[in-house]
Amino acid sequence: MRTIKAAVILALVAALLAGPAGAADPLKIGFITSLSGPAGVIGKHMKDSVELALDHLGRKVGGLETEVIYGDDQRKPDVGKQLADEMLKKHKVNFVSGVIWSNVMLAVAPTVTGAGTIMVGTNAGPHELAGKMCSELYFTTSWQNDQTPEAMGKYMQDQGLTDVYAMAPNYAAGKDMISGFKRYFKGRVVDEVYTKLGQQDYQAEITQLRAKSPKAVFVFYPGDMGIQFLKQYVQAGLRDSIPLYSVYTVDETTLPAVGDAALGNFEARYWSPDLKNEANQKYVADFKKKFGYTPSFYGAQSYDGIMLIDSAVRAVKGDLSNKKGMIAAMRKADFKSTRGKFTYNVNHHPIQNFYLLKSVKGSGGEVEMQIQKTIFESHKDSYYQDCPMKW
Amino acid sequence: MDSRARALALVAGFLVLGLVPVVAALTQQPFYLDLFRRIMIFAIAAVSLDLILGFGGMVSFGHAAYLGIGAYAVAIPAFYGIHNGLVQWTLALALSGLAALVIGAVSLRTSGVSFIMITLAFAQMLYYLGISINAWGADDGMRLARRSQFGPVVDLANPYVFYYVVFGLLVLLLWLGHRLVNARFGVVIRAARSNEPRMQAIGFATFRYKLAAFALSGAVCGLAGALLTNQTEYLTPSFMHWTRSGDIMVMVILGGMGTLFGPVLGAVAFLLLEDFLSAWTVHWQVVLGPLLVLVVLFARRGLYGLLPGGARHG
Amino acid sequence: MTALLVVEQCLNGLQFGVMLFLMAAGLTLVFGIMNLVNLAHGSLYMVGAYLSVACLKATGSFAAAVVLALLGTLAVGMLVEIVALRTLYERDHLDQVLATFGLILFFNELVAIVWGRAALFTTVPPALAGFVEIVPGIRYPAYRAVIILVGLAVALLLYVVVSRTRLGMLIRAGASNRTMVGALGVNIRLLYTIVFGFGAALAGLGGLMAGPIYTVLPGMGEEILIQVFVVIVIGGIGSIRGALVGAVVVGMVDTLGRAFLKPMLSTVIGPSAADNAGPALASMLIYILMAAVLYFRPQGLFPAARG
Repeated sequence: MRTIKAAVILALVAALLAGPAGAADPLKIGFITSLSGPAGVIGKHMKDSVELALDHLGRKVGGLETEVIYGDDQRKPDVGKQLADEMLKKHKVNFVSGVIWSNVMLAVAPTVTGAGTIMVGTNAGPHELAGKMCSELYFTTSWQNDQTPEAMGKYMQDQGLTDVYAMAPNYAAGKDMISGFKRYFKGRVVDEVYTKLGQQDYQAEITQLRAKSPKAVFVFYPGDMGIQFLKQYVQAGLRDSIPLYSVYTVDETTLPAVGDAALGNFEARYWSPDLKNEANQKYVADFKKKFGYTPSFYGAQSYDGIMLIDSAVRAVKGDLSNKKGMIAAMRKADFKSTRGKFTYNVNHHPIQNFYLLKSVKGSGGEVEMQIQKTIFESHKDSYYQDCPMKW
Repeated sequence: MDSRARALALVAGFLVLGLVPVVAALTQQPFYLDLFRRIMIFAIAAVSLDLILGFGGMVSFGHAAYLGIGAYAVAIPAFYGIHNGLVQWTLALALSGLAALVIGAVSLRTSGVSFIMITLAFAQMLYYLGISINAWGADDGMRLARRSQFGPVVDLANPYVFYYVVFGLLVLLLWLGHRLVNARFGVVIRAARSNEPRMQAIGFATFRYKLAAFALSGAVCGLAGALLTNQTEYLTPSFMHWTRSGDIMVMVILGGMGTLFGPVLGAVAFLLLEDFLSAWTVHWQVVLGPLLVLVVLFARRGLYGLLPGGARHG
Repeated sequence: MTALLVVEQCLNGLQFGVMLFLMAAGLTLVFGIMNLVNLAHGSLYMVGAYLSVACLKATGSFAAAVVLALLGTLAVGMLVEIVALRTLYERDHLDQVLATFGLILFFNELVAIVWGRAALFTTVPPALAGFVEIVPGIRYPAYRAVIILVGLAVALLLYVVVSRTRLGMLIRAGASNRTMVGALGVNIRLLYTIVFGFGAALAGLGGLMAGPIYTVLPGMGEEILIQVFVVIVIGGIGSIRGALVGAVVVGMVDTLGRAFLKPMLSTVIGPSAADNAGPALASMLIYILMAAVLYFRPQGLFPAARG
């Protein structure tokens, strides 16, 4: 019995060490995201979008047969780094893409660029990578974290709102969101409240909020925190009396869980499913048809990531060793993005529009987010001046 | 005869571990160097936990806190330009040992589930503290600009050198641990686990012995933390999250508690399985979960018990 | 800071405490009687929430969903006990911790496989979506008031069952001296299965009540599980009275800490420092409380008599 067990273990180890057996594909892309755990739904959005992009390109990115290797970072930076190492050293990928979380990105990006490989981030936008740590090998198809709250801050400032109550979870991203907001919002902030990361019950904070009688509330509550906060805010009867403005709190990954509770909520974002341009309409329609649900901005960014890589490989005619050529091509952002035309800033972060979105009842009876107006046109992030790159 | 066979198996195991860099170089798969190095670092953490958990019966669910303290002990000096490895690693040992001393002094007043919970609570406190301190990266964590410097000969930037440093530390730790467990100190700890009142009646101040063991264990785990930061060149407060403590505990129990070598096997098995399974399916935890239950129910001495000469009653 | 505000926050603290009690009661019962550390208790809470959402979707009636979810969680609990936990009673706590940790992983994934990883849609039933004035001047959400009532009712029910019924007598006897009870001819196995199922149903009740106000997604039980462990350690393992007192204390301390610690600190160390220190301290508060209680009374506030 024991020898059988030992043999099984040995066989497992051997199989694991044997490595992937398959024909050598010309183009390999490593895609790191969170596939397990509570954030797995975001990972699913991203993965499905990558698959759709591959379909649209006939499974050939830049004209080359492509293999995408997915990795699950479990939301842990050291696992993310191990995945990056594995993709670079074992699978010898030509590009690394993805990454949802800023702290994972800060571990992964330097690893990838340090190995001389191009990284195309499709969500996290830590300011370090937009500023001092910018690299010619690092591009992002999303945004710099602060840009979105800056947009909301500007909108609320332009509206002449004052007496705003701000809330966010007590971690780096939360603090960045509120400081980004205050960069453009100059009115009176009644209070800044930071709650415990992962907190489920906000009744105490909502009671405090009500006691201060603010005119508006600005929050950043990603993922399940947003679902909880929103539901409890509405249940406290505040939705109609104190308007709620948020960033990264209500989106297509969380709308199905909150339903009508989201109605009337305002968000700022660079993209929306109803954004009218050819690439986006095709993306959203085909996505709904293939997967049966509405895509989110996480997905749109990932789709764009593959398209950006496609434009780069096409420009060098498949010569993957010509990194300089690919970088030059990527800088042109010469592809049909789901957000419409945009340009890259010196720090390889997009210069793009930001819109005000509102959650409304769609034609099908479901709650969806629709663009109300443009807040920023061709908005630059606030860190590019710290980036030493010039081109 | 039995223990000879087991000793042989263990030597073979270490030979394999020692030869990984050679194999990795020959097959041009440097990734395995990183993978096994990470495994060995967690093995060090697991062995440190086994000292108090397996031998002393002190179920510390907050061991990841020391991993974190050791990690910060390297990253914070580096942040301020101090890259000397000797300074950093001594700091890691000292600070985590001190933290363990304080936490142990409070926690060891309880036992059983209360002990588990209070060690967990302390770890949670440190975790939340870590998230809130903006100056040191808060949740984003800290980057390590350079690995710990030990002079030109021992250059940790060289993956092979770094590998053998970790390997050497693991072997050293196991040898020291083996000596300690069989010395008077270790015997007292083990005896206190099975019958503390009797030990006290004989005249041993068991609290002091247990506290010393706890502090020692915390210090070694802090060293593992210092190594881990060097490995990933990055750290975040998530190093201190309670699920990380759970992972280390799983490695100890899976490998075989109270065996010193068992946790090494546990670390190898757990991390390899995690890497392998997660590449295979997104739902890998649905397999890992029942697997753990089965190991607990049917393989009482863990993987160590599966080795030749295994299931010894003790 | 008005008096009315403080009262309302106390109500919030009580409500949170009551939720914790529902979970703590089951956990402490199981631990006290069967000497079993069950980490998967949070998974049963999750199962209760998921079943209630699924049943609501199937039947359209919240009342039916509640009953079905309770029965379902009871069944799942008993099944888990029979299949996986029976062999663990004789094992030491460590083995139990590991095995039930494995169960957590399993249940989280199972739920993700069946219902997906995205959070499920839940909302407060329309009948309970309004407000009540428990205290004149405070418009309190009706649903949360119901939670308080249900929790207190369960506490009363448990008191009656444990101190006035035969089952309760067996439970108390089994907690003091399990072998003797067995020797007296009581079917200990059946007793254990029933007790475990009961504890599971309590957790499920907590979960299905939490569903409409919290998020229903895989792993939702883990956050509250830690807090529940803190409660039973403070209250004293094995004691339901301890669980109630511990739960209310923890609920109050946590809620009032979150509400008032920062304003209080800012008068001492200034607003911007309080912005940082306040939330950090508030999140550590219940752990500090637990450490303090354990330092002075290592067995908890109301340790159950063990034999």
